[in-house]
Amino acid sequence: MTTDLLARLSDGLVYSTIAVLALALLAHAASTALRSLPTRHPGASSTLSVSAQVSAAGASRAAEAPGATGSTRERDATDTRAGEGPGRVVGASAVSLTVLGTLLLLAGVIVRGLAAGRAPWGNMFEFLLVLSLAAGGAYVALVRRRAVREAGVWIVALMLLALGLAVTSFYTPVDDLVPVLDSYWLVIHVAAAIISGGVFTIGAITAALGILRRRWEARPVTERSQRYVAALPTASSLDRASHAVHVFAFPVWTFAVIAGAIWAENAWGRYWGWDPKETWAFITWVFYAAYLHAQSTAGLRGSRASWFALAGYVAFLFNFFGVNLWISGLHSYAGV
Amino acid sequence: MTQLHADKPHREDPDEAAATISPSPVGIGVLGWARWAWRRLTSMRTAVILLTLLALAAVPGSLLPQRGVASDPAAVPQFYAENPDISPWLDRVGLFGVYASPWFAAIYLLLLVSMTGCVLPRCAKLWRDFRSEPTKAPTRLDHLEDHRRDVFVGRRDHGETSTSRVDALELVESALRRRRFRVRVADGAVSAEKGHVREAGNLLFHLSLLVLLFGIAGGRLYGYEARVAVVAGESFTNVASQYDDFSPSVWTDVNALEPFSFRLESFEADFETSGARRGEPRSFDARLRVESGEDSWTAHVRPNQPLEINGTKMFLTGHGYAPVVTVRDGTGATAYSGPVIFLPADNNLTSDGVIKAPDARPAQLGLEGLFLPTAADIGDGAFSAYPDLVNPRLLLTVWTGDLGLDDGLAQSVYTLDKSRLQQVMRPGSDQPFGPQLAPGQTVRLPDDLGTVTFDGVRRFANFQVARDPGKELSLLAALMLLGGLTTSLIVRRRRVYVRVHDDAGTVVVQYAGQSATRRGLPHGEIDSIADDVRHELDRHRQPHRKDAP
Ligand code: HEM
Repeated sequence: MTTDLLARLSDGLVYSTIAVLALALLAHAASTALRSLPTRHPGASSTLSVSAQVSAAGASRAAEAPGATGSTRERDATDTRAGEGPGRVVGASAVSLTVLGTLLLLAGVIVRGLAAGRAPWGNMFEFLLVLSLAAGGAYVALVRRRAVREAGVWIVALMLLALGLAVTSFYTPVDDLVPVLDSYWLVIHVAAAIISGGVFTIGAITAALGILRRRWEARPVTERSQRYVAALPTASSLDRASHAVHVFAFPVWTFAVIAGAIWAENAWGRYWGWDPKETWAFITWVFYAAYLHAQSTAGLRGSRASWFALAGYVAFLFNFFGVNLWISGLHSYAGV
Repeated sequence: MTQLHADKPHREDPDEAAATISPSPVGIGVLGWARWAWRRLTSMRTAVILLTLLALAAVPGSLLPQRGVASDPAAVPQFYAENPDISPWLDRVGLFGVYASPWFAAIYLLLLVSMTGCVLPRCAKLWRDFRSEPTKAPTRLDHLEDHRRDVFVGRRDHGETSTSRVDALELVESALRRRRFRVRVADGAVSAEKGHVREAGNLLFHLSLLVLLFGIAGGRLYGYEARVAVVAGESFTNVASQYDDFSPSVWTDVNALEPFSFRLESFEADFETSGARRGEPRSFDARLRVESGEDSWTAHVRPNQPLEINGTKMFLTGHGYAPVVTVRDGTGATAYSGPVIFLPADNNLTSDGVIKAPDARPAQLGLEGLFLPTAADIGDGAFSAYPDLVNPRLLLTVWTGDLGLDDGLAQSVYTLDKSRLQQVMRPGSDQPFGPQLAPGQTVRLPDDLGTVTFDGVRRFANFQVARDPGKELSLLAALMLLGGLTTSLIVRRRRVYVRVHDDAGTVVVQYAGQSATRRGLPHGEIDSIADDVRHELDRHRQPHRKDAP
């Protein structure tokens, strides 16, 4: 196949992804709405939240405990509530559509790579595709956790936003790279940076929802609204999901920064030069380190810690958009 | 289950204690104050605060131009010129040199002190933990995180031996040992621990930051960075005086640079020839003949492919054109001859340069030139349309008088000091004299000042040379950091407790796990241990099983 054909195929796959994810977004929104309907038994959701809080640690394990073998295990209500009635079908199709969209996007990225004859992350357009793909991949990998599954509507919305920006403002035809980018360290460094970025996206969403939910839980029972936040997983399970996600993404980000330093040493003769891109990578890293410390600090756990995760994510986004577009430095070659 | 683990994992952070110590030291004297301050400094809360400060302090350096970082060296003076009012104030608080400023250093040094003070006691504790036995099992296990209860009913009446408490204990112990737990058996209970390596990883990670500090210091104190532009066909010897720009560190031995020299045999550049990105560079290749000691060899320096000689590295960082020009003065003598480096001004390599001929007679000559590799002309504004040599042109303006080179002051080779020069005009006109030359052409200057010949064009390459004796140490630190961090995040430190009760031949085995990290126990670990034990018991005795109440 010719490069041109492949390039067009890749574009087509990206547009199909957008269409499928748009449907997925509708399904997620419907499923969220169904979940957020006031429950038939008044007060049910607050009871549930208490029991879930108590036993959340065993949540996923409970389902697999051997039932009739003579062992007793703790069970909890966290997961059972997820699918009831029509919500179940809608929720399942939301997840399936998201999986389908992610697979299409994966195909689009691979074909783009074939068309360009190199790793398909060399300009802002491609970064956005892969970032969106990484977020989708992380969602699919973690979808069995309720805290992540129920954040689906936000995750898909952000993926769509990234793809929408990619095909409108940042579209770049398939092209070769400028020589300084032609390096396998680039492939490794950028891949790690984008993967951790995709996963950080999930972490930021669960952290933000955790903040909302904790605020809700802090209110007296009688003053709690029974809408969206009431149907969210408990704050502590959101926090735990967020922590788990960051625990995965942080070393990957660390690796990305180190690989970047090695690349810089190879390209410019110094591994660290406080170039704006490097500086914001550092700021991102330090905020996430602060988040992990706050998680282990009495008095900072919970919402306060989550703010650090959000600060880290904002720094990451600024590095991605702000530095590429507004600040000139050695890294401003992103092809926009 | 109780509210024990959902929100507060068990941990033994000394920091947690430190964070809850009394808010102020009351009546405890100097030593007390010191101890209080030290506890404060080494608390986790301080770590969070200092990390936040570090992140915030790094921000202004990315928004304001900085001195001594890799980007444009002219950025600070330019910012000064554009913002004359606030610049001196920004300068005074170090905002044009954030990463070298005392307040930035104060934050990271405090952070490192805090970290060391926090981590060393943990090292000691880890060491004691390794050598001591696991803690005793609590009496009630059903309070703990992951709890399971298996019941085995013995059948004495069939003449079989019953599962005894002691057997079960042994099986539990061996199942745990097989999983490399540290095990302690006491009073009908087993307690086991695993995952201390997590703490070791955490310590390794934090200590790697100290190693990194030394690595960075190595470069800062002994290394150097320098730049030089070399025209194809010319040579360079690695001594400080041959560089265009040389920045040594505090303790660099300037007279003992790595002895080597090279001749730039050729420099080749390829550009995109079509499409939207026409003119974008596609490849560069500098071919050198290098000599070092007795050896001599041919080397290629390309982007991402430096030349390394004993730890001194040479990188290709840029390129441009050097028109070859011969200036003959009014007497016919050669006043200047050779290539002149012109600085690229845009992506299509429109380049500016200056030629000075102080020996020209009857008057000194200064030429200001614009070189266009692919000249395109719309009216007055000549520019280059493509970076390669398709239609090269040299545009000149000519100045005569006093170049100002005799008073001994250093002068840039890229600018003319025009204070004592007059521009040469077209004869009988008030228009400046401005010839345009193609390679090989000669122009005669007005007023018998002489002639200028544009002999041809050569390329030049910019090299950045760097030596950083700390970089291996920094790399080591980075590997320690990554390894330690990953270990501390992946490995879960946990305890497993097992109690065995023997009630008239019916053996009840109770399992419980307890995590020492936020991440909970590894998925299914307790089940897998219990299943192993059950399997072994079944194999030996085929006990009759009954569901627990
Ligand atoms: C110099 C900057 C520092 C960086 C970049 C840093 C980074 C980190 C990171 C990423 C973790 C996460 C590991 C985890 O969650 O298990 C961690 C854990 C930890 N850090 Fe730091 N740290 C720094 C300074 C400090 C300081 C000053 C202290 C003490 C006051 C400290 C004490 C700890 C402790 C005790 C843990 C283990 C937490 C736990 O048990 O969960 N660190 N550090």
